[in-house]
Amino acid sequence: MKHLFKGIALGAALLSTQPVLAADRELLNTSYDIARELFAAYNVEFAQHWQEKTGETVEIKQSHAGSSKQAQAIIQGLKADVATFNQVTDIDILHERGKLIPKDWAQRLPNNSSPYYSTMAFLVREGNPKNIQNWDDLIREDVQLVMPNPKTSGNGRYTYLAALGYAQERFGDDQEKIDQFMADLLGQVRVFDSGGRGATTTFVERGIGDVLLTFESEVLNIADRFENGEYVAVTPKVSFLAEFPVTLIDEYAEQNNNSELANEYLKHLYTEDSQRLLAGFNYRVHDETVKAETADRFPALTLLSIDQIAGGWKNAMNTHFSSGGKLDQLQRRR
Amino acid sequence: MATHSRRIGDQPWVRRSLIGLALMLTLILLVIPVVVIFAQALSAGWSTLASNVMDEYTLDAIGLTLFVAALTVPLNLVFGTALAWSVTRFRFPGRKLLITLIDIPFAVSPVVAGLLYLLLYGRNGWLGGWLSSYDIQLMFAWPGIVMVTVFVTSPFVARELIPLMQQQGSEEEEAGVVLGASGWRIFRKITLPNIKWALIYGVVLTNARAVGEFGAVSVVSGNVRGETNTLPLHVELLYQDYNIVGAFASAALLAAIAILTLIAKAFVEWRQARTEHATPAEGGV
Amino acid sequence: MSTSAQAGAAPVRRFASRSKRVLPGFGLSLGISLFFVSLVLLLPMTGLVVETAGMTLDQFWFTITDPRVVESYKVTLWTALAASLFNGFFGLLLAWVLVRYEFPGKRLIDAVVDLPFALPTAVAGITLATLFAQNGWYGQWLLKAGIEVAYTPIGIVVAMAFTSIPFVVRTVQPVLEELSPADEEAAVSLGASDSRVFRKVIFPSLWPALVTGVALSFTRSLGEFGAIIFIAGNTPYISEVTSLMIFIRLQEYDYAAASAIASVVLLVSLVLLFAINLWQGRYLKRLEGR
Repeated sequence: MKHLFKGIALGAALLSTQPVLAADRELLNTSYDIARELFAAYNVEFAQHWQEKTGETVEIKQSHAGSSKQAQAIIQGLKADVATFNQVTDIDILHERGKLIPKDWAQRLPNNSSPYYSTMAFLVREGNPKNIQNWDDLIREDVQLVMPNPKTSGNGRYTYLAALGYAQERFGDDQEKIDQFMADLLGQVRVFDSGGRGATTTFVERGIGDVLLTFESEVLNIADRFENGEYVAVTPKVSFLAEFPVTLIDEYAEQNNNSELANEYLKHLYTEDSQRLLAGFNYRVHDETVKAETADRFPALTLLSIDQIAGGWKNAMNTHFSSGGKLDQLQRRR
Repeated sequence: MATHSRRIGDQPWVRRSLIGLALMLTLILLVIPVVVIFAQALSAGWSTLASNVMDEYTLDAIGLTLFVAALTVPLNLVFGTALAWSVTRFRFPGRKLLITLIDIPFAVSPVVAGLLYLLLYGRNGWLGGWLSSYDIQLMFAWPGIVMVTVFVTSPFVARELIPLMQQQGSEEEEAGVVLGASGWRIFRKITLPNIKWALIYGVVLTNARAVGEFGAVSVVSGNVRGETNTLPLHVELLYQDYNIVGAFASAALLAAIAILTLIAKAFVEWRQARTEHATPAEGGV
Repeated sequence: MSTSAQAGAAPVRRFASRSKRVLPGFGLSLGISLFFVSLVLLLPMTGLVVETAGMTLDQFWFTITDPRVVESYKVTLWTALAASLFNGFFGLLLAWVLVRYEFPGKRLIDAVVDLPFALPTAVAGITLATLFAQNGWYGQWLLKAGIEVAYTPIGIVVAMAFTSIPFVVRTVQPVLEELSPADEEAAVSLGASDSRVFRKVIFPSLWPALVTGVALSFTRSLGEFGAIIFIAGNTPYISEVTSLMIFIRLQEYDYAAASAIASVVLLVSLVLLFAINLWQGRYLKRLEGR
């Protein structure tokens, strides 16, 4: 059992090596799983800003996991000051289940409290061998798709809604054709990964599929990462407006005496410098100057909102994604 | 030392083909996957591996993981031994049910296990609400991580001991009682030497699983970097960062911790065998 | 125990040991066990009951018989069965080789057996997917043979087998070690063939441990999630396992439905394990009575 005691000793030693130089203030930001690098960069910038403004040093702690899981943790007592998520519904639930934030949280900051946004795009292999240009190309028999599971991932739900938005534009009121299109599309999916990054890995590392459907930010990241054009980003002309909402968690921030700091943390996301930083991570932003700078990177598109496609999130969840809903019907064995 | 086979399966061709088959399957199913982990961890060179391992957050994660294992193992050691003693040395109503109940953690998906703890001890849980009125927070802090790890690993020691102690019977211990030895002395001098190996196996398995548990821990941890992030959660985080080399570096660390534990076990076994060498070995191996 | 009237002998024996417990520590050991089982294992399980209690019987039935969920039961059951049967064979082989023979690398194999427990299941899943994908070391060769493993139900079997292999080895191994060589040597010296000795002398003693190991491997596979989702492909009706269904309900904040499906899995596992414990008791008694 010697190793055991060694474990205790080592464990104790390592636990005690945590930084002794404590900051004046601490802030806990709960975020979605793939935002680590983004907030690692932003936190440095914000800490500097806060020190210039108030003279206080601030240490920002980060928690990253799937945003539904994060919401559950916050409701069950994870004392986070702010939530920076990639799904509106996961913030809504903080009000509905936890009463931790007011109902009108989205109105507290500009652009529905979404400092940045993205849309759904395609990643294809070198030279675009299957010539994928638009949503119609995805339902061809010879095209295999990889996408995150709409049942387990917000990313997957956005992809589903983007395709639905396109189908509605194309077929108008013909519900039968829309359904057929959606069923065909889902039928071409080779792998439904449980999360967005899992889908990327399946497509890139395992070489499965012809098209990866995911966030434009993710698609651009991958296309950039491989410098020799191994992957090509294709952004369809019609897609979905994917918002990345943020909120102060009023009750906990108050308990932690952090309301002012937390508010500033979120507001600061809208400043020009921060928006430039966000654009650097391939997210679309609202700041006009930054928009002009990055116009060639982010072509203008028709972006449909959730209200246009499904009449709001609540409706979308009920009609499409709940068990027995539209998605389940479309995926029924054929 | 005779050349003719005294026990079955000792003929050279049987032995060779069985060993060959076992080696081949082990290589394919167990060794190569581990090799892949180390190969991926090293795919960007040793210096990258070193910087990945020495990363501040990785070190925090290692510390927390070892700390959790160090608390979990003794708890389950005591529980497992007590349980095995009670169900193999005594007969009482509900005994079979008790043996079955300790398998609950095998039957419950770890994610569900984590959730059940969360629902009970979380802010909205009936126990958690009561605790938080005394300002005690168990979830999203190390106590919660230890609790679910204890849950997930609780069957291992007991599961190792029960079949063995059942098979051995209690005649020796009963003789000890007749000779007037105290309970503790009987356990130490008679039972413990008999069950030592199974006990060590149990501890090794408990430790291995405690170090590697992911699903249940991820639900109750809160995933705060540098505070409640265990090594398996750190692997997940790096993987989500598309830092595959870094993720595999941490995974390799986990594998290395496991291998070190197992080498420690093998070393103890080897020393044991050497001391026993003077006296004629009792059957087998 | 040379009595021929076993049916009568067993209760007498049981009664005897109950009336005068020779060995000390009954109260203490049972006390610790019950305290621990209640606090650590049973108390959290009340959550399953509390959550499902909020459903009507109809809702409960509707949730657990949803066609997609039912299909996932089927997929989970057959893949877990295949994985645990494979492990029964492979585990027995490994345990046998480790106990009976000396060969170079034996210590290494003995050590490696426990690794699946130590690796986070997600890491196992990612690693197996790396190996078995069509561009992986194994996948390339298997593809030439026309076999696809990754992102098919066979991938699920592989992930399940990997994560639960230590169960069989570690349950069979100690029993094999404790096996007295006397009977075996006697049988061999009387001229019985190896396979006959194995069937008639060794297997009867090994059988309970083997079945336990396979059953543990099976129940562990029923609940496995982390390793599977990375290699399964998760195509509805084809490669979705029940744990994924539970996970989906959790993502939807539908704790009641998640608990309902989880309770089905739990119940199946516990009934299975309880049956094996009962059967084993009978079996051992019969052996002793022989």
